[in-house]
Amino acid sequence: MAHGAGGKASRRLVEGLFVPLLSGGLREALGDAARVSFGGSTVAITTDSFVVRPLRFPGGSIGELAVNGTMNDLAVSGAKGEAMVATFILEEGLATSVLEAEIRAMAAALRAAGVALVAGDTKVVERGKADGMYITTTGIGSPLSQVCVDPRSVRRGDKILLSGPIGDHGITILLARGDLDLEAELASDTRCILPLVEALASEAGPGIRWMRDPTRGGVATVLNELARDCGLGIVLEEKELPVRDQVRGACELLGLDPLHIANEGQFVAVVAPEYADAALNALRSTPGGEEACAIGEVRSEPACAVLVMTNYGGSRIVDMLIGDPLPRIC
Amino acid sequence: MCLAIPGKIVNLVPDQEHIGTVEVAGVRRKVDLGLLQEEPPKAGDWVLIHVGFAMSKISEQDALEQMHLLQMLGESELAMQEVRGYGLEEDGDSGAPAAKAN
Amino acid sequence: MRFVDEFRDPELIAKASDEIRRLSDPNRHYRFMEVCGGHTHAIYRFGLKDILPSNIELIHGPGCPVCVLPMGRIDDGLAVAKDANVVFTAFGDMMRVPGTHGSPLEHKARGADVRIVYSPADALQLAKRNPDKQIMFFAIGFETTAPSTALTLMRAKAEGVKNFSVFCNHVTIVPGIRAILDSPDMRLDAFIGPGHVSTVIGCRPYEWIARTEHKPVVTSGFEPLDLLQSIVMLLRQLKAGEAKVENQYKRVVPWEGNRAALKVLAEVFQLRPYFEWRGLGFISQSALKLRDEYAEWDAERRYPIPGTRVTDPKAAQCGEVLKGVLKPAQCKLFGNKCTPEHPIGALMVSSEGSCAAYYNYEHRKAAAMANSAGSAA
Repeated sequence: MAHGAGGKASRRLVEGLFVPLLSGGLREALGDAARVSFGGSTVAITTDSFVVRPLRFPGGSIGELAVNGTMNDLAVSGAKGEAMVATFILEEGLATSVLEAEIRAMAAALRAAGVALVAGDTKVVERGKADGMYITTTGIGSPLSQVCVDPRSVRRGDKILLSGPIGDHGITILLARGDLDLEAELASDTRCILPLVEALASEAGPGIRWMRDPTRGGVATVLNELARDCGLGIVLEEKELPVRDQVRGACELLGLDPLHIANEGQFVAVVAPEYADAALNALRSTPGGEEACAIGEVRSEPACAVLVMTNYGGSRIVDMLIGDPLPRIC
Repeated sequence: MCLAIPGKIVNLVPDQEHIGTVEVAGVRRKVDLGLLQEEPPKAGDWVLIHVGFAMSKISEQDALEQMHLLQMLGESELAMQEVRGYGLEEDGDSGAPAAKAN
Repeated sequence: MRFVDEFRDPELIAKASDEIRRLSDPNRHYRFMEVCGGHTHAIYRFGLKDILPSNIELIHGPGCPVCVLPMGRIDDGLAVAKDANVVFTAFGDMMRVPGTHGSPLEHKARGADVRIVYSPADALQLAKRNPDKQIMFFAIGFETTAPSTALTLMRAKAEGVKNFSVFCNHVTIVPGIRAILDSPDMRLDAFIGPGHVSTVIGCRPYEWIARTEHKPVVTSGFEPLDLLQSIVMLLRQLKAGEAKVENQYKRVVPWEGNRAALKVLAEVFQLRPYFEWRGLGFISQSALKLRDEYAEWDAERRYPIPGTRVTDPKAAQCGEVLKGVLKPAQCKLFGNKCTPEHPIGALMVSSEGSCAAYYNYEHRKAAAMANSAGSAA
């Protein structure tokens, strides 16, 4: 189960098993989306599966996640989603009303993203085998011309930008499961981030080095992956990290770190320093990007690691997530 | 064993003895107040919460005193330096003028 | 966050850190033990070692209830969970702790009904809502947590909830400290005393450390300013040649402890004659079990318990690290055979065990800096 949580174990599964056996293009297999060229065109393509319990939660549902998640993967790879296909694995006995609600949610999300669902498939499995439903979506997109995303282009001095507050989605889900008996006014941040990426591309396109959406495993995991891929160090300023009060409260209560919590409507971008101001302005002037901020920068040390600076001279290393974030009492 | 967080009692649950709703930065949970029955807390009190139970009432007075003590740290040293600067020292423990930067 | 953010104020932290430098004797090497796992965690989370002068060394004590739990006890608890009717409940901290045949989470993956609870009260609720299941709460923790288990058992009894039981692994802190001090290799100057345990037992139980062992003790809070202020207080005592117990965490810790909590403890629990602490061996009168009046809710009396004993490999030097004789990195298994992902010994198992904390924070930092230095050269 730890393999699905997005951190170290997931990466080992992909690198150790899938890539050697299946891939023709190693690097692309590990990014958010792949580029495929044929007949003189290049398309971006990506796929993702969506497994969530409960299916509906404040701020969204599995259907929305399924659309936005794939569109966002395309966006952070520097591509505009053009079409999507979806497969559904449904648990026997799932109420039709539940399925209908999710289809409607997907339709709304697709409309908001300006994308059509062009094909799909459905299978039914035995009761007890699918947590209600699993959805897999595959999206194809057209590359945005001004954008080239590559961890190898990251340099010392590059700035790290974040589109908005972290931890909303993961904490919402944790609370929605009801096991912890916590209540808060909090909702998932699921949304299509393409408009923000397009704004960034138009004002600071040439300065974009790398982007990622910090889903499972949170900001810490994607930045650790970047640090490993580019061989440099990422230094974050703790006081700059945007965290809503309720997320902070829940994390303090449960002993969790917001940097490890999943987000479904945010992205991290590394931009060249001379473009950083333009990039931030572009995000902040786009609806939904008002809370964008700079959270740190790339340095030569600590190489391949992520360091968080407190605002009083202390620091700590933040690793990738190992397994799911578990509440602790100690 | 150690993770305990300050929370404010926002209300006592009317039909459930010993249970109060506590809020921490906008997150609410029902907390058992049974360990504080010798001096039952009321709405508005701050308590320390651990595994869903209130362990102790938080004394605002003591917290303020502590902040005051912390603010005073170094003040007596600063006062000493000023005094030395005026050449009013009596003991010979620092003959040089107060040239130390803070 | 109230009562939290004030104690993270950067200006005051700078002041406290200056005072520490002023008070510490540059010709002396100080060894302070922080007993609580929670303090260990706080020290690393807040990067406090970066703020302290290099002649103040913090040694991590045995106050990590997950770390000192013998693997055999986990095996025993999970043996009960093999019964399809039983729901094994525990705090999140326990979920990844390896037993001989896997951790609770791994048992869950193989079909056992294993659930995380935030509170023993939630486990009791689960029992009330699932009358056809047997809910077993695998209790861990020191005196901070034991009263909550006790109160939950009292409620279970009062409400006649029969499908609920507790597998009790509660331990008491003072015998653990005594075991450290009894060690002939021990070289400690003072103690940063347990914070939240003290809300229950008060500060008196540490007086013998000051009186008999002549070592200062300051019970400390968990925010950066709390820890720094406690170190200031310890340095002041050492400078003045004093050894007494002081309460830095006054806003929360009553000197006499919490009488109501102590009462419920006495009502529900009694001391075991002895109990094994992983890494420290058998310690007498150091753990709790349910009284006969609560036998019906005692998992050890309700279910057949194998009584598994598992010894750690000889090469694992947990005991010496626990006593501050060895640093984590000096254990032969550290970082190669024993890592947080596959822990061999007690101290790597929980994120605040000395070795795990050291590994996750300092070791990786040092290694990353060394890598950078190497590549820059």
